Amino acid sequence: MSVGPPANPEVARKHRGGPVVGYATEGLRIYGNFFAFCLDALRGLFRRPFQVREFIQQAWFISSVSILPAALVSIPFGAVIALQLGSLTRQIGAQSFTGAASVIAIVREAGPIVTALIVAGAAGSAICADLGARKIREELDAMEVLGIDPIHRLVAPRVVASMLIAVLLNGLVNVVGVAGGYTFNVMMQGGTPGAYLASFQALGQLPDLIAGEVKALLFGAIAAIVASYKGMTAKGGPKGVGDAVNQSVVITFMLLFAVNFVVTAIYFQVVPQKGS
Amino acid sequence: MGVEVRVEGLTKSFGGHPVWADVSLTLPTGEISVLLGPSGTGKSVFLKTLIGLLKPDRGSIWISDRDLPRLSERDLYEVRRLFGVLFQDGALFGSMTLYDNVAFPLREHTRKSESEIRSIVSEKLEMVGLTGAEKKLPGEISGGMRKRAGLARALVLDPEIILFDEPDSGLDPVRTAYLNQLIVDLNQQTDATFLIVTHDINTARTVPDNIGLLYHRHLAMFGPREMLLSSEEPVVRQFLNAQRVGPIGMAEEKDADELEAEAAAGVELPPLPPIPPQLPPSNGLPRRAQRPAGQWCRENGVVPPPGSFETNMPSTGRHSVENTHELPVVAS
Repeated sequence: MSVGPPANPEVARKHRGGPVVGYATEGLRIYGNFFAFCLDALRGLFRRPFQVREFIQQAWFISSVSILPAALVSIPFGAVIALQLGSLTRQIGAQSFTGAASVIAIVREAGPIVTALIVAGAAGSAICADLGARKIREELDAMEVLGIDPIHRLVAPRVVASMLIAVLLNGLVNVVGVAGGYTFNVMMQGGTPGAYLASFQALGQLPDLIAGEVKALLFGAIAAIVASYKGMTAKGGPKGVGDAVNQSVVITFMLLFAVNFVVTAIYFQVVPQKGS
Repeated sequence: MGVEVRVEGLTKSFGGHPVWADVSLTLPTGEISVLLGPSGTGKSVFLKTLIGLLKPDRGSIWISDRDLPRLSERDLYEVRRLFGVLFQDGALFGSMTLYDNVAFPLREHTRKSESEIRSIVSEKLEMVGLTGAEKKLPGEISGGMRKRAGLARALVLDPEIILFDEPDSGLDPVRTAYLNQLIVDLNQQTDATFLIVTHDINTARTVPDNIGLLYHRHLAMFGPREMLLSSEEPVVRQFLNAQRVGPIGMAEEKDADELEAEAAAGVELPPLPPIPPQLPPSNGLPRRAQRPAGQWCRENGVVPPPGSFETNMPSTGRHSVENTHELPVVAS
């Protein structure tokens, strides 16, 4: 999986069917490899024995690199939403609904997006760099030669850890974001604490939170799989690892926003909204 | 006891460019073979193909009755347990101590108790002279130590086939000599089939039973050590004697004009240097696969260069027999 021209432009240009077909097939080959890797990783998730130790280590590691940035990003996020809505709701005389709008914005969208950014940027890049370094030091080859499948051994625990931490992180981001919005609304904008809290249920509902957590789960899986794939296919020495990390973050961001859109669209189709 | 590896018509290319084509050779059971070649001729690629890390375009690799490139993934992992591989930089797991690195295959593949594992690991670490370094991380030790630890890990499951990817790259001459001695001693003790990929001619001249030479995208020659060391074939001769005169140029092979110019200038190849004696195991007993010095030459009516097989030859002084009996690596 890659942004830009196919891995091997020369082969593409020399293809039997001409350069156009060549570019198409060479480009598709990369995606084919990525999907094959995804299937292997999925199969690895269910292979016994599950690598519990690696999973715990990775979960600990991912949470240690992502909790603080996630919390720090979500405070201003909540505040900005309150700021944007504050003046608008005042103009139309719906101040008491600031809380409702704030909660729905954070739980439905901001939470999963912040989670996605942090998981891709902090956890994904770390996973990619780690596996990439192992790849170029031939550790992964050595592992295969010792009869151990690196996908089962290294990728599966990372994917599960990343999924779990993304779900938990989403919860954290929701709480911190709503708290940030509350603080900002009550202290800076002169909102009423009671009105802010009481309107929580006005627009939002429990399925919003569930949908947010499902998104976070998917984001965690995608970030870990893309990062692992880019890391395990890194080549060309230390520079190759750097390139792989860069591409992994960019690709993950794009994928996460696309997936976010799709999941949101499905959610609105499937779950009836309040007041509709 | 080792296993024979039979390679037939193996071809590998990257992005349309062949790395090498139609390589056929047999690594005889229990013997030490060396695969030589100028830098960038795909020696490491060959080694990785041999263990199934890379898929060849064509050809077979027979290990007893199984054809490695056509095995299912599960069978491939099964067959790989016959192999021990020493990678270029040791390829140790950076997050584990040396002890855990060496114990790793045992913990994964056997049901041995921790005390059994301890005794096996300390035996292997002693064999490579790393006793006392068990608690160190790979990042804290020198390249030579990493290599030796990688060797200990490769040996821990008692493999039938042991592959060495440039065991001498990045090592000083003394450590290279120790490592070569260790390789010979290991072959004596385990009777496994050895393949060493290298471009160090000193190793190639003194350690193996067989030599192969990869050059210009094909296998130029593969056969008994004495056959290649007494060969008049230009490429083999040039490479094994590290000369500038011959078909191998600085960038790639020389073109016809250059070769003609060389011939016209009357550059004469120096006479073949004498064949050095093979490095014996350090306990003085012969290896099972060892053949008497000069046997191949006698059988094939080849007169070896004068001075061959004399001990303590000046050109290979660092591998002379006299230096070998006080090595600390003797395990038996």
